[in-house]
Amino acid sequence: MHVTSSKPLSGNPGVALTDPAWVRWSLVGVSIAVISLFLILPLATVLIEALSKGWQAYASSLTLPDTLAAMRLTLLTAAITVPLTTVFGVSAAWAIARFDFRGKSLLTTLIDLPFSVSPVIAGLIYVLIFGAKGWFGPWLSEHDIKVIFAVPGIVLATLFVTFPFVARELIPLMQEIGHEEEEAALSLGASGWQTFFKVTLPNIKWGLLYGVLLCNARAMGEFGAVSVVSGHIRGLTNTLPLHVEVSYNEYDFVGAFASASVLASLAVLTLIFKTLLEWKQSQDRKA
Amino acid sequence: MPKKIILKSILLGLALFASGSAFAERTLLNVSYDPTREFYQAFNKEFIQYWKDKTGEEVNVQQSHGGGGKQTRAVIDGLEADVVTLALSGDIDQIAERAGLFPKDWQKRLPNNSLPYTSTIVFLVRKGNPKAIKNWDDLAKDGVAVITPNPKTSGGARYNYLAAWAFGVKTYGSQDAAKEFVKKIFKNVPVLDSGARGSTTTFIQRGMGDVLITWENEAFLALKEYGAGDFEIVVPPTSIKAETPVTVVDKIAKKNGNLDLAEAYLQYLYTPVGQKLAAKHFYRPAHPEFADPEDLKRFPKLDFYTIDGDFGGWATIQKVHFDDDAHFDQIYTP
Repeated sequence: MHVTSSKPLSGNPGVALTDPAWVRWSLVGVSIAVISLFLILPLATVLIEALSKGWQAYASSLTLPDTLAAMRLTLLTAAITVPLTTVFGVSAAWAIARFDFRGKSLLTTLIDLPFSVSPVIAGLIYVLIFGAKGWFGPWLSEHDIKVIFAVPGIVLATLFVTFPFVARELIPLMQEIGHEEEEAALSLGASGWQTFFKVTLPNIKWGLLYGVLLCNARAMGEFGAVSVVSGHIRGLTNTLPLHVEVSYNEYDFVGAFASASVLASLAVLTLIFKTLLEWKQSQDRKA
Repeated sequence: MPKKIILKSILLGLALFASGSAFAERTLLNVSYDPTREFYQAFNKEFIQYWKDKTGEEVNVQQSHGGGGKQTRAVIDGLEADVVTLALSGDIDQIAERAGLFPKDWQKRLPNNSLPYTSTIVFLVRKGNPKAIKNWDDLAKDGVAVITPNPKTSGGARYNYLAAWAFGVKTYGSQDAAKEFVKKIFKNVPVLDSGARGSTTTFIQRGMGDVLITWENEAFLALKEYGAGDFEIVVPPTSIKAETPVTVVDKIAKKNGNLDLAEAYLQYLYTPVGQKLAAKHFYRPAHPEFADPEDLKRFPKLDFYTIDGDFGGWATIQKVHFDDDAHFDQIYTP
């Protein structure tokens, strides 16, 4: 902003407020317009479409067996992947924030890998490994174990894309907190686990929950990777996001948007919790 | 505390899941291509009832739909289909060849070359046909936007492409001229979806394109779903006979203990009930005498190019047109 930088920097934090009112208001206006146009309007459309034939149609499309099965599968997938990524995230963050070892920066980079790999590739990796023509395919089919085009494949693909969420959240937090408190606890005779549960966990709990929340949202919303390994069997391997697509393709717009509204309300809930957690976290830091 | 909550949610999730799969009834998986969704939804209901009346056994039929090529790939990669009902015999040949799940002469096992129904390719245009599209050469004109799925992933799109090619050979006299002609058409294609249904939504919902080349049954279904007010079907004087065969996936069906069920399921397609439903859902039945005469009236008479007659079968087509760097790759350079 040229207006502010041309003034001598007096160190007054309120200097930005001296921007002319029209600058401030037009910036605020543009932000609100963009948000309404790109976020609120589409979300509203989802709801309007979902309710276009009334509450009755909305409710009955949400209680169809295939829709319920999709919700069940989505919940199951999240219930398996979220705890696993949480455990992994905490251990990885601990290792990276507390210890120095060779290959540490490599490990940090690898954790970010799922962020940079396209989800479709993530799905294909598992098809290549576990598919009938893949590395383990023949062995798996001999032992009648289904991975791809079944629930385990969906869980694996989701695990891949949600892998970094908790760790990414915790690493900077734990590095910032440092380890003085833990060293004090240890020197006072606490065991490793006691230190973790009584000292470390309370310190990182809001950040941890925040990571878990984001991870959960992604686990329930993932489309690309899951689509590749799902096989799209109705009522069996369709997760909620896939079910939205299937319903839409079957001209069942109420059904598609009703399922989409469930996912959207999940997103809104996530946002509310996220805001709450951020507020809590800042409160804790002040204390 | 958080640990307990996590544990509880895992248990809850498992319980919810278990409750969904606790029924021990036999389940048949039918892996099919895109536009058959509505037909098989109706047919499965009839078959389940028929099987219950006949044997007293409650069975369940599951469906998986997508672009035909993609579905073929999935079965080869291990999607456990008891039966496949695909868009073209070339795809089913691929499964026999690459995965060896049933004999290579599968097409001889069921009546009418394993074709309980067939279809053809027509045009869907916007109301009033503003670009005056009547025949295949109209698709190559400047300023006409054509919607078709990707022949690499969609069976329907292969028929679209081949029909245009056959028209090109007949009209312009040589393979080279046909290639130029098809190339011109694909210059008019703004986007290639992976399956027929995706292209339908592109044309209808997103409002792209002047003409959609699609299955006859898909065009009728689109008219039915969206009302005849905004679109109309144009049938070219000559199109291609789309042979959409079915077969039992022997090895998988045997492994799942479903062989008798799978065979009965496909046989049932040829019965009056199956044939009537096929015609009702805009497929041309193998036994028109079983169909409702009113339904049959919707199918206009036209001349057909054929896969075997004009192209020498799918194996040749695959090599000449759709393998890497074959005709299609040379024609379509996005």
